[in-house]
Amino acid sequence: MSDREPLFSKKNLKLLGDPLNSSNPITVQVLGICSALAVTAQLKPSVVMSLSVMAVLAFANVIISLLRNTIPNRIRIIVQLVVIAALVILVDQVLKAFVYDVSKQLSVFVGLIITNCIIMGRLEAFALGNKPWPAFLDGLGNAAGYGWILIVVGLARELFGSGSVWGYKIIPASWYIENGGFYANNGMMILPPMALITVGVIIWVQRSRNRKLIED
Amino acid sequence: MENLINIFIKSIFIENMVFAYFLGMCSYLAVSKSVKTATGLGLAVIFVLGITVPVDYLLENYVLKEGALTWLSPTFAEVDLSFLSFIMFIAVIASMVQLVEMIVEKFAPVLYTQLGIFLPLIAVNCAILGGSLFMQQKAFLNIGEASVYGLGSGVGWFLAIVGIAAIREKIEYSQVPAPLKGLGITFIVTGLMGLAFMGFMGIKL
Repeated sequence: MSDREPLFSKKNLKLLGDPLNSSNPITVQVLGICSALAVTAQLKPSVVMSLSVMAVLAFANVIISLLRNTIPNRIRIIVQLVVIAALVILVDQVLKAFVYDVSKQLSVFVGLIITNCIIMGRLEAFALGNKPWPAFLDGLGNAAGYGWILIVVGLARELFGSGSVWGYKIIPASWYIENGGFYANNGMMILPPMALITVGVIIWVQRSRNRKLIED
Repeated sequence: MENLINIFIKSIFIENMVFAYFLGMCSYLAVSKSVKTATGLGLAVIFVLGITVPVDYLLENYVLKEGALTWLSPTFAEVDLSFLSFIMFIAVIASMVQLVEMIVEKFAPVLYTQLGIFLPLIAVNCAILGGSLFMQQKAFLNIGEASVYGLGSGVGWFLAIVGIAAIREKIEYSQVPAPLKGLGITFIVTGLMGLAFMGFMGIKL
């Protein structure tokens, strides 16, 4: 056991940190866009969604990594889907029990975590070939990379779209035009297409800071 | 009849899978580089959605819903299996995709080679599972409505992917700022197409 590498070795920290920026699942690998955009009209559902994905991804990674030597290669997709679906059912029931209003708001998108390509992608690309602990870190890292995009988009859309953050009014009421001020909410930010445009702008900013990511 | 046409139009334009709910974005972004492959994938999605939504409708109403098992025996009236719906739906989708793949391979080998890898990948396309989950939420009255909804959603997805593929083919020739090239501009263009589709929202059906 003496040559065992430390739990937070450089390599393991890289697994955690890389997905936040240079191999971000949303802006670079283009995975898991489907659910990312639909829930980001407000901050609260974005945070709940990120945490749900984090739970599912980290544990699915660990389970598949534990089973990696026993799963027959031909039926691995079905095995992966069953593991993911079981975890998603758990998350769904927990959300229904403890944060019912958010679970109503997320509607079908909790179920759609099953087909979230980040999860399948990480299981295929990482968990099938690595030990449980790195797989767990990889899951956490990728879910965090997914989560911060969701939270930034959710924050921007809620702030500019309805002038609030986490449901609390941030813009003072006296600023609004109807109260004699100068400010009006940009109702367009609430509409679904603006989520796409916001992510487009995030990609733009990220790639102009990190030139290596630019496509030719 | 009028009701069915309404559901069809609504699922294509007003509740478009891509622009209103962002479903199936992964393959939408990955496979939209040329119109030809986009058309093939779009047709396959129409096909699979048109089959899985009615099958999942039957499953939901005769097996999973609370009291749905009464046709078997009145003692099952209290059984509620709806928490199993995710796992059942995904199983139906995976097996249907497998079945469709076998049928297409047998009877239309040309189409099969054209679709290639995209056909099996449909199983993890969120638009398909999304179609079934929305069907569950909308509580359609009969299987006709559910099938029309499935077909309509498929057609909406087809329109979206063919549209973006055509635009991306043209964008190749324009001068996009370097960091926006590829993914970034595709996102923004999809957003603009979505805004255009929002114009249909005013239509009351």
